[in-house]
Amino acid sequence: MAKEHNQPKILTAQMRLLERLTNTCAVSGDEGPVREIVLEKIKDHADEIRVDALGNVLATRHGKGKNRPRVMLAAHMDEVGFMIVYGDGDGLFRFDTAGGLDERQLVGKPVWVGADCIPGVIGAKPVHLTTSSEREKSISIDSLRIDVGPNNGSKVKVGDRGTFATSFQRIGKSMRAKSIDDRIGVATLIELLKHAPPNIDLLAAFTVQEEVGLRGARVAAYAFDPDIAFALDSTPAMDLPTWDGEENVRYNTKLGAGPAIYIADGATLSDPRLIRHLQETAEAEGIPYQLRQPGGGGTDAGAIQRQRAGIPSVSVSVPARYIHTAAAIARVDDWKNTLSLLYAALSRLSVDTLSR
Amino acid sequence: MKSLIETLTQIPGPPGYENKIRAVVRAEIESHADEIRVDALGNLIARKGSKAGNGKRIMLSAHMDEIGVIATHIDENGFVRFTNVGGVFPRYAPSGRVRFLDGTIGVIGTEKITNSYKVPPLDKMFIDVGANGRTNCPIKVGDVAVFERPLTEMGGRLVSKAMDDRISVAILIEALKKLKKTPHEIYFVFSVQEEVGVRGATTAAFGVDPELGLAIDVTRTGDTPKSITMEVALGAGPAIKVKDSGMITDPRVVDWMVRIAAKAKIPYQLEVLERGGTDARAIQLTRSGVPAGCLSIPCRYVHSPSEMVDYNDVQNALKLLLALLNDTGVFQMS
Repeated sequence: MAKEHNQPKILTAQMRLLERLTNTCAVSGDEGPVREIVLEKIKDHADEIRVDALGNVLATRHGKGKNRPRVMLAAHMDEVGFMIVYGDGDGLFRFDTAGGLDERQLVGKPVWVGADCIPGVIGAKPVHLTTSSEREKSISIDSLRIDVGPNNGSKVKVGDRGTFATSFQRIGKSMRAKSIDDRIGVATLIELLKHAPPNIDLLAAFTVQEEVGLRGARVAAYAFDPDIAFALDSTPAMDLPTWDGEENVRYNTKLGAGPAIYIADGATLSDPRLIRHLQETAEAEGIPYQLRQPGGGGTDAGAIQRQRAGIPSVSVSVPARYIHTAAAIARVDDWKNTLSLLYAALSRLSVDTLSR
Repeated sequence: MKSLIETLTQIPGPPGYENKIRAVVRAEIESHADEIRVDALGNLIARKGSKAGNGKRIMLSAHMDEIGVIATHIDENGFVRFTNVGGVFPRYAPSGRVRFLDGTIGVIGTEKITNSYKVPPLDKMFIDVGANGRTNCPIKVGDVAVFERPLTEMGGRLVSKAMDDRISVAILIEALKKLKKTPHEIYFVFSVQEEVGVRGATTAAFGVDPELGLAIDVTRTGDTPKSITMEVALGAGPAIKVKDSGMITDPRVVDWMVRIAAKAKIPYQLEVLERGGTDARAIQLTRSGVPAGCLSIPCRYVHSPSEMVDYNDVQNALKLLLALLNDTGVFQMS
């Protein structure tokens, strides 16, 4: 397929959008701030836009011609983070995690709390005062507090969400940010909606509550009832050298190796026809790709696939190191290639894709 | 029926890759069904009969998939690292043989074992397919395999890989062939992806929208030395499920099944399975809810490469299923 002028690209504007999206706080169940950005960016690029009862943004863009497959693309707006559960006074707050966070990652990190991003820190005992046995153990979340200081204590209330206070940074070929999972999918989906190929009806779902169990995608898929679905997400790259010099056989994905196509995760066995379609597209267009190692985890595809009488689904992720921690690292080229692969794969879709 | 069981058990069909077994089932039932379709996830759905009088729309479900493994990495020496697709117990894996969908056979090996009382997890195992480097290894990441083990008859018992749930697939095929007249609109569903969380039956049940659902699946037994405590024994008849960890059977369905079994003088046992679930759960919870039950075939060594059933139980399960489908009263809803 010839490269057209409609082809979406990652340029300065797209990088700025990703920066804005990753600097925004939107923990599961409180996706409003990201939803506002999405609505602002897509308002002139869809035939119909609505926000459903759970807060998903559902945007439809019709193609032209006959026999257009109805293709759902899902990217989740929410991120993992914290929720304030109790105020101890003096600007100190007990908190719990929202979504899959390793408690060992928490201590000593700067955080933002609430819609106004009140700055705080998950306090740590200075090394001067710890014993050697204390330093051998991880610290349970019950004994940790978020400290926002006495002046801001009244601006924080029980139920407020928080995130790690990490600002986006472009570092050469890489990007460092919190919530690359899945703002990079959100940014990709915005571009695909703006440049939707005419051979399909594009049904864009910017979903909520993925990190707490694929809840938004479930109702979004019921509403759209599509023929085919793609989940756009971010997946861990654990491609570092092993400590003992043995071959690393459990990397999940590798940075720089291109978009990660899913075969099997804990929630979905990808439709083999869609895996093949993505692989054939990548090979025909000369786009690098990798197969994510089969294993656990899950994406919105898990909820979509099982909706109604069944929806053939597959996931494509941008690989990123250290996701679900304070700072993840992804490669610009992987993002570009993910966008190129998805655009090309959508352009080549037809009602016959599933009949092969 | 034994040769059908042998054919069905020997065809590889790991979750998500049921195309070969689906083709065989389809060929068996094509001329006996009133209508056949394959849904978006790959469930094979065959209708027989139309509703008449008190007839109901009934969904029967037996799953075509079997537990399997999937390649996650090919190392520099050509060994295949893998993970499970469905409930593969690590204790049954070492030194077993697997067959990939392209026919490649492999042997499961383990990294060195330092404590022989502890079973290593699957990620400390590998599959040896006879390759000596990444380049000449015929397997690539994402390729799927199933246990390799032929069917054997011993006494009145049949042993094979994939008895779970091909034995029920065989029973459904035979029931469809033998069912001459029925007041019901019966959907024989040969489902996919049961072993990874009853995914196929979930979408099939939505599509069929039944008024009554019955899964046919294997269940564990408590009749081997120092086994789990469970009433079900091999050879004592098909089991009527009362509860498992995924479903509490509608009591009206249990009563109906018991009544029909007693009337037809078919031996049966009541089953409470503490761990496990079947397609019946998916049927029960679809749309606004469906009365559902499960006809179980007692099976020893479930999820091992040597799953054992009693042939009398199999024949009695078929008899009971036919008696249920021929019952014009079905069960009373009130």
